Amino acid sequence: MIRTTYRDAIRAALREALLGDPRVFLMGEDVGAYGGSYAVSKGLLDEFGPERIRDTPLSESAFVGAGIGAAIGGMKPIVEVMTVNFSLLALDQIVNNAATLRHMSGGQCNVPLVIRMATGAGRQLAAQHAHSLEGWYAHIPGLRIVTPAIIEDARGMLPTALASPDPVLIFEHQTLYNMEGEIDERAGAVDLDRAAVRRPGTDVSLITYGGTLGRTLAAAEALAREGVQAEVVDLRVLRPLDTATIVASVRKTRRAVVVDEGWRSGSLSAEISARLHESLFYELDAPVARVCSAEVPIPYPKHLEDAAVPQAASIAAAARALAGVHA
Amino acid sequence: MNDHVATAHDPIDRDHGLALYHQMVRIRRFEEKCAELYSAGTIRGFLHLYIGEEAVAAGAMAALAPGDAVVATYREHGHALARGIAAGPLMAEMFGKREGCSRGRGGSMHVFDRATRFYGGNAIVGGGLPMAVGLALADRMRQRATVTACFFGDGAAAEGEFHESLNLAALWKLPVLFLCENNLYAMGTRLDRAQSQIDLTIKAQAYAVRAEAVDGMDVLAVEKATRQAADLVRRGDGPAFLEFRTYRYRAHSMFDAELYRDKAEVELWKTRDPVEMLEGRMRRWSLATDADLAAIAAAVGTEIADAVRFADAGSWEPVSDLTLDVVAAAPAIPPAPALAGARS
Repeated sequence: MIRTTYRDAIRAALREALLGDPRVFLMGEDVGAYGGSYAVSKGLLDEFGPERIRDTPLSESAFVGAGIGAAIGGMKPIVEVMTVNFSLLALDQIVNNAATLRHMSGGQCNVPLVIRMATGAGRQLAAQHAHSLEGWYAHIPGLRIVTPAIIEDARGMLPTALASPDPVLIFEHQTLYNMEGEIDERAGAVDLDRAAVRRPGTDVSLITYGGTLGRTLAAAEALAREGVQAEVVDLRVLRPLDTATIVASVRKTRRAVVVDEGWRSGSLSAEISARLHESLFYELDAPVARVCSAEVPIPYPKHLEDAAVPQAASIAAAARALAGVHA
Repeated sequence: MNDHVATAHDPIDRDHGLALYHQMVRIRRFEEKCAELYSAGTIRGFLHLYIGEEAVAAGAMAALAPGDAVVATYREHGHALARGIAAGPLMAEMFGKREGCSRGRGGSMHVFDRATRFYGGNAIVGGGLPMAVGLALADRMRQRATVTACFFGDGAAAEGEFHESLNLAALWKLPVLFLCENNLYAMGTRLDRAQSQIDLTIKAQAYAVRAEAVDGMDVLAVEKATRQAADLVRRGDGPAFLEFRTYRYRAHSMFDAELYRDKAEVELWKTRDPVEMLEGRMRRWSLATDADLAAIAAAVGTEIADAVRFADAGSWEPVSDLTLDVVAAAPAIPPAPALAGARS
């Protein structure tokens, strides 16, 4: 076992990819000389040079689109977008090109592109750097959307994404970069199609992903002290959703809380809730509950930001409110 | 309007002149047939005709090499034909048939052909430019001596992607040939009603991109300018920008009532028709006879009739294939590589 961080695990994956395949290169704003806005790519410019660690101008549409073109042209680009909010400047390229080209060209032009970006609230960065829009991207056919919530996934999702013939968007929650832990020193590629049960339980399923996994596990601990055994499911992959794993968990517990840092209206949490009701309507002991961000732009002051996004206390409270959970 | 525009008057090789003439006639007849089939309801959706602008596609494609990449717009039938996509699969694509070059999924606006490196067919104005930059980047990183030719209209010069892409291509000295087809109208909005600077070469020059305006009705001028620019781009001097001043005779699409321009303006441009201008020159230079031109007309007629027959005989993709090629199956977990650093 080795001790590492989420950030260092991503860097190790980047480095391995760059060493292992000459087609791989990284580009984005400040990935080189600055070392990455979240210091993920620190040191890579020195090791791999400016041809493969490319600082771009502040032109999200051009460099994401260039990633698409380079992928079609036989390279394996990894494009870093500073935050999900900035990715909206490249939405045309992601939605109108990356996601459509394979189908629209009759299978001729697949786009083996990896786009990494930071997402989520928690660092008092206010309403243009802290939103959770991965659920929007999960709406789009043609994309694969993954959300590493643990260090093993930070280490292992990138190599599998690079092996994908289609565009993969990796959403790294900005509160996770400093997360420390131990992983196997040979930890490597992981699958990109299955949800994972992070904590087994029998009384309620807490379904979440990304930055809220830690808070959901904390909520499960609090519930355990009250005698409620919560199962925590980490979605890992938002598109395509692993409905089978989610349904299997809730079939067992008969109760579910969906925890999503995205907003409630028109959301991924709504999709999961709908699928559970479609599959398990007669087996549920309570309607599916949801803990989402308040329907406001994420505010700057800490107390308001904390109040706006799901917290362990609000997650546990939602679970307690489900009929029969304490029976 | 065409002051300071490059022109070419050098005599040319007879066969080459006839080939350019053939290409332009072929594009025009193909599109006239498309218009007819649209009226008959065989071709649906949007149909954007290129008639009047044939010199640009015919001249520019003649200056490209087989390994070069092409990115085009939704008005791309002429480019597809001139690039070497056969008329049959192109017509089948218009019909939406499985034998179409994009399996019928794209239709008129989304022609793709990997074999000729023809990467669409992009219906978002400006949306193809970043992709072209990336194709050029990949070719350069793979040390291929190719050029990516990116076609777009005057309307694209108002989009942010135009500015971002020219800057990035120039900054990284990428082999992109930015080929602007300035037909004066972005749909129904005339250039001077939409853009504060109507000399588009100045916009390119602002990004340190070599830029030149060319008479886009003169196929010889188009070919010559494209060849010169492509040579510079190919040898690694960074991108180049050509503004082809041209004109579309037909409506923007088949739904356009053309309220925004006078018929007299259209007629004026028709006096500089690219097909007639080349024909006149070839005759003056004694490079073409009536028999030559008649033979070309006959060959084109046969080719297009065959293309329509091919498309008619094509099949509809079964509905069971609807979700084919959205994404591949879940990617397999790659085998464990050597430990990071082992090869450093």
